[in-house]
Amino acid sequence: MSGTVKRIHLAAHFPGVNNTTVWSDPRAGSHIEFSSFVHFAKTAERAKFDFLFLAEGLRLREQGGEIYDLDVVGRPDTFTVLAALAAVTKRLGLTGTINSTFNEPYEVARQFATLDHLSEGRAAWNVVTSWDAFTGENFRRGGYLPQSERYARAKQFMYTTWELFDSWRGDEIVADKKSGVFISDPGAGRFAHRDDFFDISGQFNVPRCPQGRPVVFQAGDSDEGREFAAAAADAIFTRHSTLEAGQAFYADVKGRLSRYGRSHDELKVLPGVTFVLGDTEGEAKELAHEVRLKQVSGQTAIKSLEQLWNRDLSGYDPDGPLPEIDPQLGENTIARGRASVRMYKDPLETAKQWRELAEAKKLSIRELIIEVTGRQSFVGTPHQVATSMNEFVQADGSDGFIMVPHITPGGLDDFADKVVPILQEWGVFRADYEGTTLRDHLGLSAAPRAKASSTAVAV
Amino acid sequence: MSGGHVPHLAVALDGAGWHPAAWREPDARPEGLFGARYWADLVLEAESGLLDFVTIDDRLALQSSLPYAPDNRVDQVRGRLDAVLVAARVAPLTSHIGLVPVATVTHTEPFHISKALATLDYVSSGRAGWQARVSRGSLEAAHFGRRAIPGTSHGTSHGTSPDATPGASPGASPDNGQYPGSVQDLALLDEAADFIEVVRRLWDSWEDHAEIRDVATGRFVDRAKLHYIDFEGRWFKVKGPSITPRPPQGQPVVTALAHATAAYRLAARGTDLVYVTPLDAEHARRITGEVRQLEAELRTMSDPIRILADLVVFLDDDGPSAKARKAHLDALDGTEYTSDAAVFVGTPSQLAERLLAWSDAGLDGFRLRPGALPHDLVAITRGLVPLLQSAGAFRRGYGSTTLRAHLGLGRPANRYASV
Repeated sequence: MSGTVKRIHLAAHFPGVNNTTVWSDPRAGSHIEFSSFVHFAKTAERAKFDFLFLAEGLRLREQGGEIYDLDVVGRPDTFTVLAALAAVTKRLGLTGTINSTFNEPYEVARQFATLDHLSEGRAAWNVVTSWDAFTGENFRRGGYLPQSERYARAKQFMYTTWELFDSWRGDEIVADKKSGVFISDPGAGRFAHRDDFFDISGQFNVPRCPQGRPVVFQAGDSDEGREFAAAAADAIFTRHSTLEAGQAFYADVKGRLSRYGRSHDELKVLPGVTFVLGDTEGEAKELAHEVRLKQVSGQTAIKSLEQLWNRDLSGYDPDGPLPEIDPQLGENTIARGRASVRMYKDPLETAKQWRELAEAKKLSIRELIIEVTGRQSFVGTPHQVATSMNEFVQADGSDGFIMVPHITPGGLDDFADKVVPILQEWGVFRADYEGTTLRDHLGLSAAPRAKASSTAVAV
Repeated sequence: MSGGHVPHLAVALDGAGWHPAAWREPDARPEGLFGARYWADLVLEAESGLLDFVTIDDRLALQSSLPYAPDNRVDQVRGRLDAVLVAARVAPLTSHIGLVPVATVTHTEPFHISKALATLDYVSSGRAGWQARVSRGSLEAAHFGRRAIPGTSHGTSHGTSPDATPGASPGASPDNGQYPGSVQDLALLDEAADFIEVVRRLWDSWEDHAEIRDVATGRFVDRAKLHYIDFEGRWFKVKGPSITPRPPQGQPVVTALAHATAAYRLAARGTDLVYVTPLDAEHARRITGEVRQLEAELRTMSDPIRILADLVVFLDDDGPSAKARKAHLDALDGTEYTSDAAVFVGTPSQLAERLLAWSDAGLDGFRLRPGALPHDLVAITRGLVPLLQSAGAFRRGYGSTTLRAHLGLGRPANRYASV
C-alpha cells in the first residue's frame, strides 16, 4: 500500500430478498412501504454514507416448482423508489441495479439521466445481466442469452447508453427569452449505433445530466466480469468479505486497470458485508448466533441444502444428519431465479466437505448450514468493528464496504450511531459531505466524454 | 352562474406550458425544466387548488413541431425528463393530489411499467395514475430498433399543428400520418389494450394480504395468494407474478386520451378515465353519448368510466389581456396556436361559465392544459377554483387521500382472489 491513510467509503444495502434479512424479528418493519425506505436512506445520509444500494430481481424465486416463501418476497421498482428517495435526501448517492438483458438502452439511459437530474448528480447504475429463460418469461422480448454472450451484450448495452448520455454536450440549453433561442444546437442528442445487439438511431431526449453519466457499478466475479469492471466501471460490488480473499481480489482487479489507461483510484472495490454489534464482545457473539438461528430456520436449512443437492430433500429432518445420497449433477433445476446456485461449481466436492465438517463437529443439517453459509463479516463492539473495518481497508482488502443490515428498516441505526463516529474520529471517514455528487463522494473525476465507439456510424 | 357541477378537475403539465412559445413568458422558468424544484412547485400549486390530479406528459423522442420527423427548430422547448420519475420525485413533497404520468405502451415492457406505477402508488400512498400512450411513427421505433412501425416513415405527414399530440391522439386527425382506422393503427390500439390488461393483471397478481410473516411455519408469504398471470396475446406473453406487491389502491387509475371511436372503445373497455376533446357542448354531448354506449356494450369493470374534456386555456383578469397574451405568444412562435383540444382564451369567470355549461353534456369534469406555466395554472388554482367553489360547483377540501377516492372510484376487488 501507498503509506498514506486511506479514507473509507461506506454504502448501505437495503435488506434484500434472501435469508440474510430477518423478517421474523419483532423490530422488522415493512419491506415495501415507502416509510421503510425513507428511514433507511435518512439513516445512511445522517451517517454521511456515500450511497444507498438497491438490488433487483425480475422474477420471484422458485424452488421445487413453487414460489419460494421463506424469505422476504416483493420489492419496489428500482428507478421509481430511487426518484422518490431523491426528494427526502440531499447528498446520499442513489445506486440502482438495472438489468441489461430485459431493458433497452434508450429507456435505461433516459431513466438514469432523469434520476441524475432529479437528484442533482447522485445516480449510479449497478449493471447486471440475466441470462435465463425463467426471468425472460416476464418480458415481451423473452429470455435466454447464452452464457458466452452475457457480458458482450452487457458491455455493448452500457457503451450504447454512454453514447446516449454523451449525445448532449451539456451547453445546448440556452433558454434565452429575449433572443428566442431555447436550444443552441437542434442536433443535440443525435446518435446512431449499430453492433451485434443493437441497431438504433435518432435523438436522445434528456439533456446532459449533472454527473455526465451515472456512476457505474459492476457486481460479477468471473474473469470476464473483472475485466469489464477494469475497463469501464467506477466501482465493484464484491462478495469477498474475508481479508485474504479481499486482498487477492483487490490486487487482481486493480492490477488490470493500467491495461485500460486507468489509474489505481479510478475503480473502487467495495465488498458487501454484514455485521453484529454488542456492548461487549461476548454479547456481540451471542447476538450474532441468535441472528444466524433466525436466518437459518429448520425450513430454510433444508431449502439451502436442496440448492446444493439439486433435489427434493423435504423428507429430511433439519435437526438430523446430512443426507447420504449425493447431489444430483447437471443443470440446477431445483432452485430458479437465484444467483447463488451457480456458485456451487463442484457440488460433489462441496457435499463431501460439508459431510466431513458435519462429522467432525457433530453438526445437524441446520447447524451445518449456519456454519457454512453467510456468517457475519464483522462481529464485536463498535470499537472492534471499526478497528477491523479500518484494518481491512488499510491493508488493501478493499476501498470500503457496502453494509448489509439484517433488519429493515432500522438495521443500520446502531452502526450509524456507534461505529461511524469512531471512524470519523480517526479521520478515516468523512465528518461531513465534501461535495454534492456521488462522483464527489467517491473521489471520481467528472465523467469523461466517451470516445466515439468504433461501431458508431456517422449521423 | 348557476346550476352545473364540476366534480373533477385536473391539469395537464407539459414543459413550459402547451403553447410552444410559453417558455418566453416573463414568469416562465425554462432553465428549471430539467430540475425537481420546477415540477414540485407546479404540482404544489395544483394541490393548493384542490385539483384531482395532474398529468405529466412524456414522449420517447425529442419534441418536434412535425409529427414524425425532427424539425430542427431552436426556438421551442426541447428535451424532457421521464414522467414517471418526475411524478415519483414529487410524490413525497405532496399529500393529496393524484399523480398521473404518461407512460408509453408501444415499445416498452408491461412488466416494468406495471411495477413502476405500483411503486408510484406506494411512494404517494395511493395517488398514482397512468396515462397510457400509444407511440406512432418510426422516430420512436428507431430508438428501440426492435421493429418497424409501418406506414410512418419520416416526413409523410404535413400540416399538423405544432402542439398536436400525435403520439397520444389515437388517429383522429387525418393529417397525422396515420390513417384513422387503418390496419396499422388498429393494431397499435389492440396492442395497447393487451398492454393495459397485462399491467392490470400484474397489479392483481399479489392478493392484498399475501404477506403473512408466519413465524411458526417460517413463511413470509402465502404463495396461494400469489398468482401467475399467464397472459398470452398476439404481441407478447407475460408469466408473472409481479415482483411488487399489490399497490395501495389495488389498481392505480388508468387513463387515456381518445379522439375517435377505436380509441373510445379501448378506453371504455380498459381504462378508468378518458380524456376527450369536444369543440363545443353539443360535440361533448355526442362524444359522451358514444363513450357511454360503448361502455354499456364492452365494460366489465364495476365503476363507470369517468369522462373528462380537455381544454387548452389562456386566462387573464380581463378578456382583452388574455387575447393579447395569446396573440403575442403566437407572434413569437410565428404560427397561430391551435390544438387537438378546444382552445379557451378569456377570464377565469368566463371559463367557469363554460365549464358549468359543458358539465351538463354528460362530462364528469375537465382536464385543463395551461397555455403557459405557471401563469395559467395559477389562474386556475387562484381564479377559476374559488369561482367554482363559490358557485357550489367544486370541492372546498380534499375529502379523501387516494386518487381513486377523489374520482369516486372504489377499491376494486382482486380478480384472482377467491372470496
